[in-house]
Amino acid sequence: MSNNINTAVEEVQEIHMHRDDFGSKMGMWLFLFTEVLLFGGLFILYASYRYIYPDAFIVAAAELDIFMGTINTIILLTSSLTVVLAIVALQKGNKRLSMSLMWITVICGLLFLVNKYFEWGAKFHHGIYPKGPALEQMSEGEIMYFGLYYVMTGLHGLHIIVGLIFIGFVMWQIKKDVITASNFQRFENAGLYWHLVDIIWIFLFPLFYLIH
Amino acid sequence: MSANNHDEHNDGHIAEVHHPSYGVNILVWIGLLSLTAITVAIAGINLGALALTVALLIATVKSLFVVNFFMHVKFDNKVVKIFIGVCMIVFIIVLILTFFDLTFRF
Repeated sequence: MSNNINTAVEEVQEIHMHRDDFGSKMGMWLFLFTEVLLFGGLFILYASYRYIYPDAFIVAAAELDIFMGTINTIILLTSSLTVVLAIVALQKGNKRLSMSLMWITVICGLLFLVNKYFEWGAKFHHGIYPKGPALEQMSEGEIMYFGLYYVMTGLHGLHIIVGLIFIGFVMWQIKKDVITASNFQRFENAGLYWHLVDIIWIFLFPLFYLIH
Repeated sequence: MSANNHDEHNDGHIAEVHHPSYGVNILVWIGLLSLTAITVAIAGINLGALALTVALLIATVKSLFVVNFFMHVKFDNKVVKIFIGVCMIVFIIVLILTFFDLTFRF
């Protein structure tokens, strides 16, 4: 009995050394599920309006550039690979390679945003924006399509920006040796977030670009 | 004894390295790029009503690759897998209920 109490006291005293990587990971996953439900709601909205206006969605989707969408898909998939490889590199003790791979990820994320800027810019130029001259001429279904397009790719773009900030923070901690080969859970969490953003794009791409 | 206990206690919480390897991840990436090429190529063919099903099927396969390998879920604790399953079931139930409303409302 007293032995048990002693153990408990020692554990309390050592609590400041305690690290809960598993808890950290579960916390990240729980947060990711809220993200899934956030985007999931929008995907259900998309499914509903596509069900109501199947033909208008096909007409509106013709405005989107499949080539640009494909390039952005390749960029995001590659950035996900470089994050995973950066974690492997750090676990193998190669901090320099890890940092280089993370820089490639950041460049990929920025390239994705630049492409999005040009894509949105082209649509604004054609008068497709709220109260824009081209949008006013469109049918209700097409207006719904572009509403969903701007909201969903816009929210996804915001997630890319947040992901880049998270990755930047992790890179700074790797540089400062806070995140190391034996203490990398925060790095993994940043990776999990980035991969989730990638998965959302994997679904956005065929649903908005590849409709015929 | 208590020191021993403490070690065991920590073993359960500190993340372990799951045989890190560059090769598998690069293979998965090549697979993902191939699936992207396939889905874009298929979009050019007129499959009619099947097009959406095929596109979603390919997207699901791609996501499973990302989740299992890039997000390490394949090597992960069972709890994570159950969590993901529950989350997906909730999503599908809400989707189905929404379509009950949509299809039977009028």
